[in-house]
Amino acid sequence: MSRDGTPRTLGLIVLALLVCGQLLPQWMLFLVTVALAKGLVVLGLMILLRCGLVSFGQALYYCIGAYAAGMLGRLFGVSDVFTLMLAGMAAAGLAGFVLGFLLARYRSIFFGLLSLAISMILYGLLVKTEALGSSDGFHVLPSTLLGLRPADAWVRYAVLAVAAVAALVAAVLVHRYLGTPLGRLAPAIKDNEIRVEYMGASARHAIHVKYVIAAALAGLGGALAATTVGHIDPEMAYWTTSGEFIFITILAGTGNVIAPFLGALIFGIIQTVAFGISPNTWQMVLGGSLLAVIVFLPNGLWSLFRGRKAA
Amino acid sequence: MAAILDAQGLSKNFGAVTAASDINAAIERDSVVGLIGTNGAGKTTFINMITGYLKPDRGRIRYEGRDITGLAPRDVTRLGICRSFQIPQLYASLTAFENMLVGIGVVLRNAGRGGFLSRGRALVPGHDLAAEDVAERILERFGLADYRDRNAQVLPGGVRKLLDIALTMVARPKILLLDEPTSGVSAEEKFAIMEMIMAAVRAEGTTVLFVEHDMEVVSRFAERVLAFYDGRIIADAAPEIALADPEVKRYVVGGVLRA
Repeated sequence: MSRDGTPRTLGLIVLALLVCGQLLPQWMLFLVTVALAKGLVVLGLMILLRCGLVSFGQALYYCIGAYAAGMLGRLFGVSDVFTLMLAGMAAAGLAGFVLGFLLARYRSIFFGLLSLAISMILYGLLVKTEALGSSDGFHVLPSTLLGLRPADAWVRYAVLAVAAVAALVAAVLVHRYLGTPLGRLAPAIKDNEIRVEYMGASARHAIHVKYVIAAALAGLGGALAATTVGHIDPEMAYWTTSGEFIFITILAGTGNVIAPFLGALIFGIIQTVAFGISPNTWQMVLGGSLLAVIVFLPNGLWSLFRGRKAA
Repeated sequence: MAAILDAQGLSKNFGAVTAASDINAAIERDSVVGLIGTNGAGKTTFINMITGYLKPDRGRIRYEGRDITGLAPRDVTRLGICRSFQIPQLYASLTAFENMLVGIGVVLRNAGRGGFLSRGRALVPGHDLAAEDVAERILERFGLADYRDRNAQVLPGGVRKLLDIALTMVARPKILLLDEPTSGVSAEEKFAIMEMIMAAVRAEGTTVLFVEHDMEVVSRFAERVLAFYDGRIIADAAPEIALADPEVKRYVVGGVLRA
């Protein structure tokens, strides 16, 4: 068997990011950090997609993570970025655990639409909640790193570094999980649940576990996005946000845990460049690029790398 | 010999249709039992009730002295009762080898091995080999080594059938229920395939119940026959006696027995 090179590659990418990050312009640091936050959400979607489940409502957990982090600062004055990330992850994971009892019973379009409906309920609630700023949302406290506040010029780099390390840890853990018997069950669940049950495993239990992992990852991504952007609003739970995550998932492909982050970064770059070129029709450029990927790389951008490796 | 499986008074109705009516059968350990009967006679319902797919309306199922009535298929499987299907249930997008690995993964997981925190390669319980070696060995035993890396969905019908049965062997079942193992297999290949299946399965000391329509296959491989008709067992005896029974001849065999 060939040695598993993914953790090593991930480590090298993050190392390169930490070194080069010091040279990148501020807007680029922002773009990469947001891409890492979205990549975490997509990493969770990838786990679900491997068992054939498409969640049209992953923004629910992204938003829960962001609001958990934001409210911790607003209500208790907590600004430590690690605490905020853990809180976002825990809140989303807990919500995923509870909702998982319902959602793990459903498959295909029913699963997709039910997840969409729940995320829209949260959106509706947040828009109507004045205490949380209604549709305007609220500002998130400037975050600190273990009690320290970096100099203004280094804030973006510091957040990027934290995001990169968080993404690295999450990606390596998910990679390891995908290699366990429970992780490997995903394509089997997608293919034939009857057989899974008759082999002595519970498909529903496996999906529930995957759903909680995906929710926690989305919560972590949401908390990271909240600290990076410095502002949160109900749009984070809106269906277009969920659509964006699915967009990135298709763009990236499900071949490897690196793919979601690569996909999110390329999504961010296309979005920024397209917006710069034509501020009114940038969505068309985005749509066109997704179309091109679907036609020419049906397994996503990651197939470019896999193809080269196999050759 | 002691009964490993004991069905007592099993009944199952689907609306006005009686699929099983007061079925009583004690299966002895290490035996090979053929289930015969026309379509709709209740053979598959019997298998479905034992493996937990259907809950009987009345009656109990005891396995190794324990009541397993109404347990879910996965729990019945974990206790050591496995089944194959009339239409093979495979993981279509995976190769034959990967199909085996998924099954072995479940066995590992149920034994608490190979999990997130475990280090190194876990040994598969009952086989004491690494997962890959177990998969290779079982594929070989079922004559599937040549199909190892082919996707399950493109395999020929007979091979799919064998893979379906090979998949059950990863858990080293104590009882194996085979639902029409030779259906869709050409008449010339039937005996060879049954020989292979029986050799592979019996080497593990597994008790076998198989549904079969070909009476020649039944007389050759079964030690005992349960003949089903209209949801009832109308004969329970050694093949030569059961197949000569007037009721069995009339309702199951169709009068003419080619022996």
